[in-house]
Amino acid sequence: MERAQAVELRTLRQEFPVLQRETSPGVRLVYLDSAATSQKPRRVIEAMSQFYEQHNANIHRGVHRLAEEATAAFEAARQLVAEFIGAASAREIVFTRNTTESINLVAASWGRANLQAGDLVLLTEMEHHSNLVPWQMLAAERGLRLEFVPLSADLRLDQEAYARLLEQQPKLIAFTHMSNVLGTINPVSEMTRQAHAAGALVLVDAAQSVPHLPVNVTDLGVDFLAFSAHKMCGPTGIGVLYGRRELLEAMPPFLGGGEMIKRVHLRDFKANEVPHKFEAGTPAIAEAIGLGEAVGFLSEVGMSAVEQHGQRLIALAMERLEEVPGVTVHGPAAEHKGPVAAFTFQGAHPHDIAQVLDSRGIAVRAGHHCAMPLHEKLGLPATTRASFYLYNTEQEIDQLIEGLYQVKEIFG
Amino acid sequence: MDDLYREQIIDRFKNPKMRGVLDPHDYSYEDDNPLCGDRIRVDVRVDGQGIITEAAYSGEGCAISQASADLLTESVVGKSLDQVKSLSKEDLLELLGIQLGPVRLKCALLSLKVLKAGVYGLEHLEQELAEV
Repeated sequence: MERAQAVELRTLRQEFPVLQRETSPGVRLVYLDSAATSQKPRRVIEAMSQFYEQHNANIHRGVHRLAEEATAAFEAARQLVAEFIGAASAREIVFTRNTTESINLVAASWGRANLQAGDLVLLTEMEHHSNLVPWQMLAAERGLRLEFVPLSADLRLDQEAYARLLEQQPKLIAFTHMSNVLGTINPVSEMTRQAHAAGALVLVDAAQSVPHLPVNVTDLGVDFLAFSAHKMCGPTGIGVLYGRRELLEAMPPFLGGGEMIKRVHLRDFKANEVPHKFEAGTPAIAEAIGLGEAVGFLSEVGMSAVEQHGQRLIALAMERLEEVPGVTVHGPAAEHKGPVAAFTFQGAHPHDIAQVLDSRGIAVRAGHHCAMPLHEKLGLPATTRASFYLYNTEQEIDQLIEGLYQVKEIFG
Repeated sequence: MDDLYREQIIDRFKNPKMRGVLDPHDYSYEDDNPLCGDRIRVDVRVDGQGIITEAAYSGEGCAISQASADLLTESVVGKSLDQVKSLSKEDLLELLGIQLGPVRLKCALLSLKVLKAGVYGLEHLEQELAEV
């Protein structure tokens, strides 16, 4: 079994052209920055090239052959995404630019239509800026109240505090499925059940979870779920907002323009049906097709296999990192985490760590990872983050550890 | 990397010569780079002719930012305020003796930014930083 998996992994790595490159002569790339963006398999890159070489046309309303092919491929990608996350219908899948735009769409459309001065929106202390700033902007505009579910001592969400905050009857709780810094996987299903019982809607930032875990929106029961293609083997420039159909139907449009309309007069318009109502202008067509291909790739590997591989790597990485004197990993125990390890190293600044590792071909990220409030809470200006994906190996964790011993040698 | 962490940089980071606080001082300024948490304060004392007689820095951050502050504060002792005003990015990089990419350049330049802000105000800096 173990052997079969190892062979499969080796084949799988070959699917990613960039993983074959060297960062300097004789130094092979060790890519540990997938939480920022994942690498892309050849078939995703080729699907996009093939679209441009063979089928490129604008979608919808075209009568000619290419327009019909492009439209069919674009809508087929939507269907694949719907099936991948267990949505009831492809109409519940809105294509956006990324997770950030998906959350902004909900804030601008659902938020403006449904929230009034004094209403409470519940967030958490571990959110990425993309799930904080849109709500801060709306709060400033509408006089909303924002409250934050605090971290527990073991760097998960304090569920008792969450239950108490729900008593204040928030209209919405927006939280991350998996922290991009701590790696914490939050109990979405249970938190959603409690939120609904308290009369709140639920938006989940799934930018880190959809790439790494099987995610089924119907089972989770969430109202909105946002994620980006580029963190799940797909291209940049396209993201997804899943929304329950009746909610999307009732929401006003987001951006105005072509495609989002049914008819336009000089002084008014009638909005198109969902999801097109939220997709003004020519969308990222090749990118949608690339996302569809990425979903096909991940489905063939199997999301349970991806999850298991990630769990194996993070458990090993935590164990090995904590053996290095001076290293502290910030996050809950491995069984509550996705494959991301943010750490600090006594005596060495994250930038210096990242630079030394870079000289060995190891790509990690250093900084606040778009979660400044979380770092403030942890009392850390910055951390170094190593994140793993389906193409990473145990040997690459060895290389990370060797690199850290060199950091220790230089700065220790 | 051998270039980036030349002995001088690491030595200055671990064994700084100019680390400290001057109280009283004639000029003092502090700033940070919120992206990475580098924070530098520079204090200077000048004589009647506007010549820097003493300088010191404090703060925390990466090796590049701290070594840069140490080398810079050392180099300005004996210089006039006018000479400090004319210090350029190139002068600082020459002191450091390394080439830096755009992200690390910000680490290196924080001390120069703080020193200049201290001696002649922020408004002149906006333009200079725009050029970085």
